[in-house]
Amino acid sequence: MDQTASILPLLLAAAWLLPLASFILIVLAGPKMGRHGYLAAYVATGAILTSFLLSLAGLGMWLVNHGIPVAAHHAERAEHHAAAASPTSADFPQAGISKARLASLRTLRARSDDEPGDHAEASHAGENAEANQDAAEHHTEKVEYAGSWYPLYRSKTLLIDIGYYIDVLTVCMFCMVTLISTCIHFYSIGYMGDELVDDYVDHECRLPDGSHLHRAGRFARFFQYLSLFCFSMLGLVIAGNVAMVFVFWELVGICSYLLIGFYRERHSASTAANKAFIVNRVGDFGMIIGLMALWGSLGTFAFADVGGRPGIFSQIAEAPGGIPTGMVKAAAYDEIQAGVAPTGGQIQSWRDRHLGYGLLVVAGLGIFCGCVGKSAQFPLHVWLPDAMEGPTPVSALIHAATMVAAGVYLVGRFYPVFTPEVLLVIAYIGAITLFMAATIAVAATDIKRVLAYSTVSQLGYMMLAMGVGGWLAGLFHLFTHAFFKSLLFLCSGSVIHACHTNEMPLMGGLRKKMPWTAGTMLVGCLAITGAGIPFVVGFSGYYSKDSIIAQTLSFSRVNPAHTHLYWIAAIGAALTSFYMFRLWFMTFAGQPRDAHVYEHAHESPKIMYVPLVILAFFALGVGWRIPGTNWSLNNFLEAGRPAVGIVQGVLWSSLSVPREHLSHTDLGIHTNATLVAFGSALSGFILAALFYGTQKLNADEVRQQFPRMRAFLLNRWYIDHLYDLVFVRPVIFFAQRVANFDRRRIDWLIDGSARWVRGISRLDDLLDRYVVDGLVNIVASWTYGFGLALRRVQTGRLRQYVMFIVVGTVALFVLASFLWNYAAAGG
Amino acid sequence: MSLFSQPVGVSHYLVVGAVMFVCGVVAMATKRNALGVLMGIELVLNGANLNFIAFGSQILHREPARTIGLDGQLIALFVIVLAAAEAAIALAITLNFYNNQGTVDVDRADDLSG
Repeated sequence: MDQTASILPLLLAAAWLLPLASFILIVLAGPKMGRHGYLAAYVATGAILTSFLLSLAGLGMWLVNHGIPVAAHHAERAEHHAAAASPTSADFPQAGISKARLASLRTLRARSDDEPGDHAEASHAGENAEANQDAAEHHTEKVEYAGSWYPLYRSKTLLIDIGYYIDVLTVCMFCMVTLISTCIHFYSIGYMGDELVDDYVDHECRLPDGSHLHRAGRFARFFQYLSLFCFSMLGLVIAGNVAMVFVFWELVGICSYLLIGFYRERHSASTAANKAFIVNRVGDFGMIIGLMALWGSLGTFAFADVGGRPGIFSQIAEAPGGIPTGMVKAAAYDEIQAGVAPTGGQIQSWRDRHLGYGLLVVAGLGIFCGCVGKSAQFPLHVWLPDAMEGPTPVSALIHAATMVAAGVYLVGRFYPVFTPEVLLVIAYIGAITLFMAATIAVAATDIKRVLAYSTVSQLGYMMLAMGVGGWLAGLFHLFTHAFFKSLLFLCSGSVIHACHTNEMPLMGGLRKKMPWTAGTMLVGCLAITGAGIPFVVGFSGYYSKDSIIAQTLSFSRVNPAHTHLYWIAAIGAALTSFYMFRLWFMTFAGQPRDAHVYEHAHESPKIMYVPLVILAFFALGVGWRIPGTNWSLNNFLEAGRPAVGIVQGVLWSSLSVPREHLSHTDLGIHTNATLVAFGSALSGFILAALFYGTQKLNADEVRQQFPRMRAFLLNRWYIDHLYDLVFVRPVIFFAQRVANFDRRRIDWLIDGSARWVRGISRLDDLLDRYVVDGLVNIVASWTYGFGLALRRVQTGRLRQYVMFIVVGTVALFVLASFLWNYAAAGG
Repeated sequence: MSLFSQPVGVSHYLVVGAVMFVCGVVAMATKRNALGVLMGIELVLNGANLNFIAFGSQILHREPARTIGLDGQLIALFVIVLAAAEAAIALAITLNFYNNQGTVDVDRADDLSG
């Protein structure tokens, strides 16, 4: 145990810092690394591969020490689960450096059993104590290591440090991020190979004279950015406090900016990069508010207890009723200022009045706001499809392992902070995103755009799952989605690499030319649709999507008013299936539609399709359980489930979040959900096959019948237009007015004053020239005249001079004798 | 009360000095030969020397002397040294002048006239 506490953080820290080292090395040595900098690829790939191996070692260490506890819903059935693998306390010799905290957080989610009616009463604080007693009997223990590496700032009220917080989720994220990044790095060596030249011709960038842009290849720089991206994402995952999370959050943002705008000479790419960055700022603004709400009331940024300071999670977990004391006090600020002492009883009475609850809601909404931006949820999803302008490996990285995963990860990380009201908001945002993006994907023809909207839609699934109480379902889907979406993107990249076009209507029949790509992409499609034999076995998506739909069903049973969340999830599954197979059929099946494109198509080099095969393997099997054991990703993640604070709404008291294990144990829910998910996916597949596979139905006819619908979807629900109308146009309008004002009024003012100054200086010039210079000149001319006059005296005749001297001396004497006489007379 | 009826005193020296001085000045003012001018300068200087020595006489210092009483003689020595140096320089100038112009007529030395 001691070893785990000290070695595990070091392992992960090494895995985290290696990409940074690679980044710095490439920055310094970049273009000099071999011909055109091709060695940079090996440096970056080596770094991330080593990171992956280190993460894997960390995972192994974790499994050896803690194993995978029996899944929670089994555990809770067996009361007094001993949690043999989870120790309760230990002394650490290196407490100063890496103090690990083994929390035994009481889970409050088992507050009352299945009847929803009980929830309303249980939420009243008076009964909370009893409820907690019940909960304590079911307690599961969550293992976590937290500590501080380097304090940046320390005062009585604030500690900002570079710290770590490692639990199951961290370890899993490390393995997933590094594995996918490694595959993408290898793939990029092939994909970006055409940058290995001195004179790269950008065919998509036309200069004003109509020729293509020529520029130096930027191979090394691409890998430099990739390394920085991985470093940022890993830093975000390992971060031990919110301040650090925020720093790496922004680093991820800047990396995506750099990579989306990699072909920066293309106008579309540079605007897409700007869009991604600016839209994310909107979300980050909310996040900062959330952070302020948390820090202002709880006085800490840290997740877990470090150095005797209670962290955010333990403050929330240990508060009866889920509202931390700090927030209660912050909400009762006026009363405390008025002289009411915040004693235990007083705090309890405040808590009974739900003081501080609003603060918790604000904190939750703020944090979620940041996640909305990063994970491209409904109002701020617009940047993600535009982010397709980056090179395809970047799209894969952004869409699978890093950028958008960050938002979902953060929601998972901050799960205890979210109150039921916030969760409901999350669920609705997720549901809207899910449905909207899926419908847009149905109409899109750009292969990468279909995938982009598919990502947005799947992210909506994750948020929906989290929002309805499915912490595990959401994160599980994050992991499975990471694998199959990176696979799909790399496949599409392979297709684009071969066809030099993104337009699916120009493709078709490519499976003969690109068997590896077609096969692996089919695996990806099956995984994302959640194909499988019900109740027996399936692709990874089958497990994660099932659990999401089951959780929405479970939620809608407890909250009948929100049944449509369940229907949206089910319809979304059908849409997903439809657009994914539409993509596959249009690209790989049927007859070639464009002979030119087909002739040029070829299978990608080995370095590109081997990563595809690896990812396909994971897309297939990451959801599986190792037979004969309980070792599965699902069960492993379950061990990292945070303690859930509040399950019963306060603002909307009828709102209640069901326990997630109910959706597994209640066979009615589980069976229903599986069948619904399977049925809708199958119907989507059949429709796609009819339209694009066998061509029994004609898609063109449908298009002609619903022209408005088609325009609506092709224009992406007019949301970009709306933003253009509501935000961009007014800003430009206003900016033009301001510019006019600047030009007309302010410039006029400045020009006027400049003219004044010029007039004054002209006067000054005259004064200087005629008065001052005149005086000087007069003196000079006098002197000159005097000199001229004296010139005559200087004859050069020595004897004359002597005469002058004599006469002068005599004159002086005469004068002196006169004066002497007068002076003597006077004296 | 004529000078001639008195024993030799300071006044007599002063008279001789004044005569020498005036002779020197007249020589400087009238001679066109540079060497003559130099001689006039020597006369002027030595006339002045005589005055110094005359005024340095013990007769004029009735009160107990606060110095050793050789002020005039000392300055005369300085003037002699000065005259020697001046003569050396003046002769050098004259020699050069002669080399350039082939004459020592000071009226011909008007190249620097304004």
